[in-house]
Amino acid sequence: MFTRRRLLGGAGVTGLALWSGRAGAEATVNLTLPGGHATRPITTDFPQKGAMILQRTRPPLLETPLEVFDEGVLTPNARFFVRWHWSVIPTQVNVDTFRLRVHGQVEQPLSLSLADLTALPPFEIVAVNQCSGNSRGYFEPRVAGGEWGNGAMGNARWTGVRLKDVLDKAGVKAGAVAVRFDGLDEPTVAGAPDFVKSLGIDHARDGEVMIAYAMNGEQLPLLNGFPLRLVVPGWYATYWIKMLSDIEVLDQPDDNYWMKTAYLIPDTPGADIKPGQVGVRTVPINRMNPRSFITNLKAGATLHTSEITPVRGIAFGGDTGVKRVDFSADGGMTWEPASLGKDEGKYSFRRFEVRFTPAMPGSQTLMVRCTNMSDVAQPERPNWNPAGFMRNVIESTPVSVV
Amino acid sequence: MKALAIALALLPPAIAAASGITLKSLDLTLPDGAATFPPGAGADAANGNCLACHSVEMVLTQPAMSKAGWEAEVAKMRSVYKAPVDTKDVPAIVDYLVSIKGN
Repeated sequence: MFTRRRLLGGAGVTGLALWSGRAGAEATVNLTLPGGHATRPITTDFPQKGAMILQRTRPPLLETPLEVFDEGVLTPNARFFVRWHWSVIPTQVNVDTFRLRVHGQVEQPLSLSLADLTALPPFEIVAVNQCSGNSRGYFEPRVAGGEWGNGAMGNARWTGVRLKDVLDKAGVKAGAVAVRFDGLDEPTVAGAPDFVKSLGIDHARDGEVMIAYAMNGEQLPLLNGFPLRLVVPGWYATYWIKMLSDIEVLDQPDDNYWMKTAYLIPDTPGADIKPGQVGVRTVPINRMNPRSFITNLKAGATLHTSEITPVRGIAFGGDTGVKRVDFSADGGMTWEPASLGKDEGKYSFRRFEVRFTPAMPGSQTLMVRCTNMSDVAQPERPNWNPAGFMRNVIESTPVSVV
Repeated sequence: MKALAIALALLPPAIAAASGITLKSLDLTLPDGAATFPPGAGADAANGNCLACHSVEMVLTQPAMSKAGWEAEVAKMRSVYKAPVDTKDVPAIVDYLVSIKGN
């Protein structure tokens, strides 16, 4: 079980000084959040993880540096973002004794070993896993929460079994309306709400929602949910329960805190409201929206006139595939289509590239805009809501041409 | 044969899954996140209460907020997440948070 030491006091040493002293003076990243508080250490202190942006040590919040997304459409497991709600996380998991319970409104309650599960027909899908609050740090006005840059997302090839096959094995009874998922993590304080999430019964049985025992061909890192993780393609990561150990079929809608009170969005297009607006109907967060990012040029990059510059990056459609990605070099006045890379499936990142030749010296703003297969395009104006969810404004990369 | 049986018994538990994937038991250690708040009036109250559930970066990465905003955050930690914060410590914690992250 997880134990920790607490070092109180630390006379004359601030938390910030401790961070930079440990990570080295240059091992920080500036996420350029509006209003500051934007510098984060780069950490290599977490097991099975490479260099990550440290948002919070306990419970862990680790962000993927943007340059990782330039390496390919699959995010390496060692660089995949990490987000936990409670700090009581088992650090020992035995593959022989682990069991997944299936109970509630079923004919036959199950207690499945990993050998039982992996004997079921395998299923595989490539899908983006993105935190509901990815990019929250860019909200204006700022909102409280995990102050992420754009790296609370990743894309992996998930291998496992269909949730439908497991539910069919248990036999869902008539009258079932929802399925609730719980993992091995526990609240730090007794009586606090255990982190559980639910899906409607039809969604749970759609044949795409799956239980993954591997990502990118290997077992899951502990911090990404070893040994089992729910995968809900096209939906935000809050539903992708890590260390999945308990599945309960419910005969009434789930009214637990994490469904009824937390993770609610305004029921408006893009979950967008005005700051301070009240009396808005809310619903549980659900499907993702389209996004795209230039990954090979950082803000402030220097380009040269009459020199061909590849501009590339990743796009995803959210709950459906990428229809097109358009590129603008004049701050959004004119657009040209980018060429798209290999299609790994509608829930995956997709590479895009344009060959851009700057004509005139001076400051320019490069932009990319993803339009998905439902003809939903990224908005020109940022969406806003008080929880800092679902940001997907067209991204801008200022460059100087010399 | 006997030597092979002993060798197999010593192997860590592993489950062979589809696609040549093998699942092996894990026994890892996570960083403890022991850093404390910058010194100042009320830092002890913040260290003694807030850091039971989360490490200090959770607070230090937040944008500046008003006193009412910090009061609401502390109230949420107590009522929703059941943080065992003594009522008498609340004003010192809020004043400290405003002193490091107020606007």
